[in-house]
Amino acid sequence: MKKDRRDFLKLAGCAAVAGVGSSTAFRSLLSGEAEAAGLKRAGTSKAMEGTRLAMVIDIKKFHQHRGLAERCIRVCHSIHNVPDFGNPKDEIKWLWTENFENTFIKDTHRHQTQSLHGMPVLTLCNHCDNPPCVRACPTKATFKKDDGVVAMDYHRCIGCRFCMAACPYGARSFNWRDPRGTDEHGNPFIDELNPEYPARGIGVVEKCNFCTERLAVGQLPACVEEATDYEAMFFGDLNDPDSEVSRVLREEFTIVRRASLGTYPSVFYII
Amino acid sequence: MIEKALHGSKGYWTWIACLLAVIAIGGAFYVQQWNYGLGITGMSRDVSWGIYISQFTFLVGVAAGGLMLVLPYYLHNYKEFGRITILGEFMAIAAVIMCLMFIIADLGQPMRALNVLLYPTPQSMLFWDMVVLNGYLALNLICGWAILHSEYKGVKYANWVKPLIYLSITWAISIHTVTAFLYAGLPGRDYWLTAILAPRFLASAFAAGPALLLIIALIIERNTLFKVGQVAKDKLVTIITYAAIINFFFLACEFFSAYYSQYPSKMYTKDYLFFGLMQDGNIFNNLVPYMQASVVIGIIGIAMILFARSRKSDILLGVSAGLIFLSLWIDKGLGMVLGGFVPNPLGQVTEYYPSIQEVGITAAVWATGFLIVTILYKVAISVKLEKEL
Repeated sequence: MKKDRRDFLKLAGCAAVAGVGSSTAFRSLLSGEAEAAGLKRAGTSKAMEGTRLAMVIDIKKFHQHRGLAERCIRVCHSIHNVPDFGNPKDEIKWLWTENFENTFIKDTHRHQTQSLHGMPVLTLCNHCDNPPCVRACPTKATFKKDDGVVAMDYHRCIGCRFCMAACPYGARSFNWRDPRGTDEHGNPFIDELNPEYPARGIGVVEKCNFCTERLAVGQLPACVEEATDYEAMFFGDLNDPDSEVSRVLREEFTIVRRASLGTYPSVFYII
Repeated sequence: MIEKALHGSKGYWTWIACLLAVIAIGGAFYVQQWNYGLGITGMSRDVSWGIYISQFTFLVGVAAGGLMLVLPYYLHNYKEFGRITILGEFMAIAAVIMCLMFIIADLGQPMRALNVLLYPTPQSMLFWDMVVLNGYLALNLICGWAILHSEYKGVKYANWVKPLIYLSITWAISIHTVTAFLYAGLPGRDYWLTAILAPRFLASAFAAGPALLLIIALIIERNTLFKVGQVAKDKLVTIITYAAIINFFFLACEFFSAYYSQYPSKMYTKDYLFFGLMQDGNIFNNLVPYMQASVVIGIIGIAMILFARSRKSDILLGVSAGLIFLSLWIDKGLGMVLGGFVPNPLGQVTEYYPSIQEVGITAAVWATGFLIVTILYKVAISVKLEKEL
């Protein structure tokens, strides 16, 4: 077969396009685990390596132990200096409850058993394996750590709120006002300041950080610790088959929120 | 050349004074926002972008719309547009500056805006939007000024300008495409997650931009000796009409996909915007009158602008261009962004109403845009008339 210059250029062009396709920038758009059915684009594979921290929440246990969810929320919000502005418009929340039908809005139906309908379910940042908020952030103020935690740099955040538009779980809150300020009666928005963790400034976004500051000193996330006695929450490395989350996930039927979006949440629910 | 903006009639100075007054009021509101935080606006945890970002989105379209005057003249050598291409370029400058002002007004930490440059993040569409918007601003400033200045000197513009003009033509497409990609790449926002968003943005931009330009050109014609020319006006009408019709066609495509497929999350926002959305006995429909009016006004505008052309009536032409512009402004400058947040990802509805301060700041940014357009057009018209008379 005769090869002339024209053919060579064609080939070179194709190679260049393929080169662009396999560049790191493009690959970063292909992150995340595979579908449950094992579907993924030919030629791509992602090894389950390193640490990927995950959480399992047993919603029945929270139903049995009334008030436990509120205690988890209280401890989370107090150690992280989450302000209370007293109105839903400015509300900031890291960990909170939503009705079952809202939490699993696209994955449930109207004829669900009455015990589930209206049941409060703990919700928080899902620390997605393929997080849309990290993709959206123009300054890398939101980033994914090596252990899978989606973290934030409050000092770099410019307050554009692109991440809030990107998050499909409504997990992000914005400091519409100064969280370190006081209301018109002089009451501070943060009841008691915890000096161990930074309070945020005005005009930045925040969310659950999987207690990354506690993990760093060998502690469990505060909410998990609060729920330990009731076996209502589990935490550990998803990639470690011997971890507690891996064991629970093997034994129980679990679901994640909006699996069809391809975000691959790291928060699982036992229904 | 800029000195030409310093000599004007009483009407000119009154207009400038009015704009400055609006800017001053908006500036005072911005001080309030600066001190209190963005909580002073109507935005909330659920509707986290409001009229600032929706105005920004609309105005990127107006900026890109200038292309419809530049492209026929430079790529197709359409001489009739020779007198008004500079108006397109200068309008783009004002529109992009307004866009940047709206972004800054919307930032929670405006002092950190340059972090976007300090930590460049190519995977973020906002990073690319920053690149293309500032690039487009620079291109239009350089090309517009260089061409007008050579006209002022009575010579042909330098050869180095030509490649920049061609670059600005493709660049105009990019600014609105990237702006659409801000929205069209978010998995959880079903109203925005549509491949037709960028084409629809461009179609509405190519109608809204020239429509605004036509209105301004008609005002200039009435108040100065500058003449746009009948052929150019007729051609502008053709462009506006086609683009507006394509925009409505795309809207119809959106409706077909949503309502024929009966895919709930594709219907909810359209229900909310055009018909009202019901939940637990409450009806949420605060944008319905505007969105329905947008469609009606747009269709009337299209019919009327063709009628106006056949009658050669400048008044009718201006009114119908105004109707089309208003229709597209409601559609994109109001419904497109605000609607995307309803319902929220948990299926709850929060309605948004802008605050007085927010409206004041928005008006001030628009006034700044009009001030820039006024000054630039004053210079351009003065130079052109000086050469012709």
